[in-house]
Amino acid sequence: MKKNQTAGSTRRRSRWEIIFYGVAALIALIGLAEATYLTVIFLSGETAVCGNSADCFKVLGSSYAKVGGIPVAGLGALAYFTVFTFATFAAFDYSRARKFFAWTVLTMFAVTLWLLFVQAFRLHAFCRYCLFSAALVFLLTGLVVARPSTAQSSSSV
Amino acid sequence: MRRYAPFIIVILVAAVTVGSGAFLYRAKVAANPPLKIPKAAGEKPGESAHVLGPPNAAVTLEEFGDFQCPPCGKLSEPINDLQKKFNLRVIYRQFPLPMHAHAKEAACAAEAAGRQGRFWPMHDLLYREQPVWSNSRDARTLFHAYAGMLQLDLDRFKKDMDSSEVQEQVELDQKRGALIGVRTTPTIFLNNQSVPAEQLKPENFGAAVEAAVKNAKPSS
Repeated sequence: MKKNQTAGSTRRRSRWEIIFYGVAALIALIGLAEATYLTVIFLSGETAVCGNSADCFKVLGSSYAKVGGIPVAGLGALAYFTVFTFATFAAFDYSRARKFFAWTVLTMFAVTLWLLFVQAFRLHAFCRYCLFSAALVFLLTGLVVARPSTAQSSSSV
Repeated sequence: MRRYAPFIIVILVAAVTVGSGAFLYRAKVAANPPLKIPKAAGEKPGESAHVLGPPNAAVTLEEFGDFQCPPCGKLSEPINDLQKKFNLRVIYRQFPLPMHAHAKEAACAAEAAGRQGRFWPMHDLLYREQPVWSNSRDARTLFHAYAGMLQLDLDRFKKDMDSSEVQEQVELDQKRGALIGVRTTPTIFLNNQSVPAEQLKPENFGAAVEAAVKNAKPSS
């Protein structure tokens, strides 16, 4: 009887984890699409504008928008893809992927805080694309903080 | 199979991302070719009239333009192509219309770039980016950014943009235009003959230039 209860709870937890990492993967996909778009804009030399404001151009055309010649948007796309990869593997019960997923998201959270600081206090302009991406990272961070405990989860690959 | 599913999903997403990114890039580049920034031959810093092409060209094309006027923007690329094709002498004169909120500022930006020998690259950039800065509340910031893209001395550019010399230069072009009957933009003269409005459409303009080239005798 007790054995059956444990099996049921593991199944429930497993289903919950699939939904949890599925949602995280979906958020990462949205971020990946946005970051890819911004990378293309950067590479094609087009001016990024948000409505009637030049703020996006100010931010995305600033020296902070590149790291060693690589667009930050491109690094963002890579980060979202990494999060998507780990979330997908975690949803399929690869337990190590959960740890990597959490660490990647927390790193992105730290970088996002830095980028928000730069926009607020150095550039005095906010780019709506960047704010949208920041919101996605905050959502992912919220998920990491609220994620189901994996301490008792069954061992996996 | 379940074991390989995440690998398949991740590879599929990577392929779709790279594919759609490449597709979008090609579409953007095709719609908006990257700006060529040549050192314009014969362009001297601070030249009062902006001239492209040889002084003894068979045909001189003189344009009175407004950087915020959409038909001028549409003609910009064809004029560049025709200049190369027929080795035209092209003269650009400022004629910012009062109804365009940022036109005068754009003209001053082009003149300020001209003070650093980069009038034509700024001219091309302003026309290429016309839909962007025209609708911006803060066009000046964009002009500063364009100056940065053209690797101009930004402090000098800002100072020149506001200088009375640059303002006077723009007004001088406007006065000259008004004197010879320019009322609207683009107004184009081919060897001092005004081009009729219907021939100023990008699809008709090539024929007008070709006809002028055929009729012209090379000047000595």
